[in-house]
Amino acid sequence: MTPSPSLFAPLLLASLAIFAWGCWKRLSLLSLGRPEERFNNIGTRIGEMLRYAFGQKRVIAKPFGFNHFIIFWSFLILMVANTEFILNGLFPHTIKLIRLPFELYVPLAFMIDIASLLALTAVTIAAVRRLFAPPYPEARTPEAFFILGLIATLMLASFGLNATELADYMLKSGADPISFIAAARKIMPISATIAGLLPPLQLETIHVTAWWAHAVALLAFICYLPNSKHMHILTAIPNCFLHRLEKPNTQPREDFTVGNTFGVGQVDSYSWKDLLDSFTCTECGRCQNVCPASITGKPLNPRAVIHDIKVNLLENGAELKNGKHSHKPLIGDGGEGSVSEESIWSCTTCGACMEACPVFIEHMPKIIQLRRHLVETEAKFPEELLNLFENMEGRSNPWGIAPSERTKWCSQLDVKPFDSETTEYLFYVGCAGSFDSRNKHVSVAMAQLLDKSGITWGILGKDEKCCGDSVRRLGNEYVFDKMAKENVATFIERGVKKVVTQCPHCFTTLKNDYRQYGLELEVIHHSELLRNLVEDGRLVLDKTTQEMGTTVFHDSCYLGRHNDVYAAPRAVIEAATGQAPLEMERNTNNAFCCGAGGGRMWMEEHVGERINLTRVNEAMEQSPDTICVACPYCMTMFEDGLKDVKADNVKVRDVAEVMAEALLR
Amino acid sequence: MLIVVCIKQVPDTTQVKIDPVTNTLVRDGIPFIVNPYDTHALEEALRLKDLFGCKVAAISMGPPNAEGTLKKALALGVDFAILLSDRVFGGADTLATSNVLAAAIAKLHAEVDTVGLVLCGKQTIDGDTAQVGPGIASRLNYSQLTLVDKIVNLDLQAKKIRVSRKLEGRHEIVESPLPAMLTVVRELNRPRYPKVQMRLVAADAVVEVWNNKTLQLDEQKIGLKGSPTWVSKIFSPERDKGEIIGDGYADPEGTAALLIDKLMAKDMLPL
Repeated sequence: MTPSPSLFAPLLLASLAIFAWGCWKRLSLLSLGRPEERFNNIGTRIGEMLRYAFGQKRVIAKPFGFNHFIIFWSFLILMVANTEFILNGLFPHTIKLIRLPFELYVPLAFMIDIASLLALTAVTIAAVRRLFAPPYPEARTPEAFFILGLIATLMLASFGLNATELADYMLKSGADPISFIAAARKIMPISATIAGLLPPLQLETIHVTAWWAHAVALLAFICYLPNSKHMHILTAIPNCFLHRLEKPNTQPREDFTVGNTFGVGQVDSYSWKDLLDSFTCTECGRCQNVCPASITGKPLNPRAVIHDIKVNLLENGAELKNGKHSHKPLIGDGGEGSVSEESIWSCTTCGACMEACPVFIEHMPKIIQLRRHLVETEAKFPEELLNLFENMEGRSNPWGIAPSERTKWCSQLDVKPFDSETTEYLFYVGCAGSFDSRNKHVSVAMAQLLDKSGITWGILGKDEKCCGDSVRRLGNEYVFDKMAKENVATFIERGVKKVVTQCPHCFTTLKNDYRQYGLELEVIHHSELLRNLVEDGRLVLDKTTQEMGTTVFHDSCYLGRHNDVYAAPRAVIEAATGQAPLEMERNTNNAFCCGAGGGRMWMEEHVGERINLTRVNEAMEQSPDTICVACPYCMTMFEDGLKDVKADNVKVRDVAEVMAEALLR
Repeated sequence: MLIVVCIKQVPDTTQVKIDPVTNTLVRDGIPFIVNPYDTHALEEALRLKDLFGCKVAAISMGPPNAEGTLKKALALGVDFAILLSDRVFGGADTLATSNVLAAAIAKLHAEVDTVGLVLCGKQTIDGDTAQVGPGIASRLNYSQLTLVDKIVNLDLQAKKIRVSRKLEGRHEIVESPLPAMLTVVRELNRPRYPKVQMRLVAADAVVEVWNNKTLQLDEQKIGLKGSPTWVSKIFSPERDKGEIIGDGYADPEGTAALLIDKLMAKDMLPL
């Protein structure tokens, strides 16, 4: 009952060569990418890897993820069995697990037997799911069934192997079959049960068939692995180790020197980590199932973007390695291996894809790199952005309103200019708060609340400029860079240390993006400051407001997902109304974008369903009287959406307005 | 063939206020921009460059800081830019300005390449006279095609141009021989956006400056001395009070129709 090493050894060598060649073919392409530091804070990184790769924390966050958890851990355990199998194939009489000390062999054999059953069950469930309820329709690929079939074959064959070996041992030792099987079941419950059912005369045939089935499946798996999406088995663990430790809520700066390239127009302009991401994607589709663009029928699909980067890299790899230009354009018709301009502009940068990705693929920065190429290198973008870009550069606000109008919102109030000697907080009002007629009410409410709390605060007035959020997310890094430098200089000159913003876009830009310019500000969103002021007793609520009726809260992406502020706005609403707001079906880190982020606020939405309508309808399921928001863009999107669904009776209120209603009216 | 675009640096008039006491423009801290109509002239020149491969020169008369305006033109793709700057050019009205610009164009024609087209914005947003373009055409004896909203045909072989002129309530298609001076309106095109690489190159570029030593003009015909215009007063015109028509909340469609009727009656809505 022994395999033939003279046949197995060359096959194994050939498979390992194919495996090595496949790995080399792909991983050597990583060296084409730009450098990027991902080896800092090794300790933290190891922790992240244990938590997310071995602990599968994000995988099991979705109901079906447990199935993957089972497969993953079964695989790790079965690596012992497979190593034994290979060594046994090479040296049939020397290496067997059973030669281990009995105390070690018994638990190991038990674990392997159970793991095989679990893996078999899990791949069966996975196949059934893919057949009847796939994560997304295109997931029903032959490739997926092939790999599941391969794993199932491995498990069945290993049962066959173990069972025939047990039966053979039983026959040769002349032991009583009933007591032998009963004893063996305690060690290998499944294999022993099967052993009891095997016909004694065909043991040899079954064993040899099982052995070669196992060998062929295993070698096929080894060959197939680095040449398919199942390469994630190799790259997912490193990808979790290498993920960006800070939230990916900013984009890297660019060096504006003559001769540099800007953004990514050719795949080798991505960083090596971006390229590794593309090999790590196993196309689970979780990103596309949360992407507001994908869901509402836009051409963007974050999974496809990552896949296209991989295909493009593989197709152009040879040329790029030789220092030539790529023949297949990265930004193109949207066919496999290229990303269409339409999909690039569809992204709201809401970050839902990155939050959902179990292996920390960073989709959004890659899309913004493509935008940078279009804007900065080709000057090609949807025409409605031309005015925006010029207004931002020329007048430092999206509408091109004269900067002298910036203080009109507070013409009836006694608002002081910020002075580092006498005022603690800078209230950075933002463009919407300064110019947008609806949002000015939020600024006024905020000013009154700040005054009431007794903290000292001031504004920059006409010296305040746009933070530049929209231009950065739209890929106009050159203009953002100019705006950021001007603002940073103003903040330093005026001695600004603490800033309160009422717009999550200003909030994240001042807090995270400006850090790249060496400016460390203590930036607080107004919802957090209001919550703190209530908690500290500086804002005393002696009554709650009933004006709002039933409230539901909508998380802004740049407050929630990108900056983890979830509790503060809810606490403000609860303090002011006496009732916690209702939650929409998708909330907190799973919240659905209003559709205005990433500069989409300034663009038309022609394709598919409108994102804001999708969200408004979701809010309406809670039958609210008031939809509470903490972002001027969300406010506009909801007010517009409510008009479209003719829900005139439903109000939209910023959390500051809710608080002001309870405290000041 | 060379196309010359005349551009001007103007204060961003949406941000300019008139001092109620002195009746002069309060220009402190007001940023300068490229005269918006000129950006369309520039775009048209660059479009023709893309189509026919002709060279484009941008010229501007102004103080040394008007260099920024010309750098913007360089960033957009003009082949060269010349700043006409000299103290003796200062204080010029439209007549004296057109003398300087015409002399510069004549010099380009003699030294660089045959000038086929001169493109100007229909007017500048600070002076709003719309006289400089026609002034240049008169001085150079070029055909004069004002208020162009479309170049229908440009025949370089036959040296002819056919354009559409946007007049009140109608369009006029006219043809003229080259060289011609065109003043353009906004409807002509959508200005392009500069590429970063070009901006960086333009930022480092040195803009050639021509002063009166270069142009050798009679000082009686340029600057303050060459300007017969005399400004007695600048003031904001009184605006007629508007009227509220219809009820936009109760009947938006009807109100819109009412507004359209009113505008049509006043011939303010050319169809």
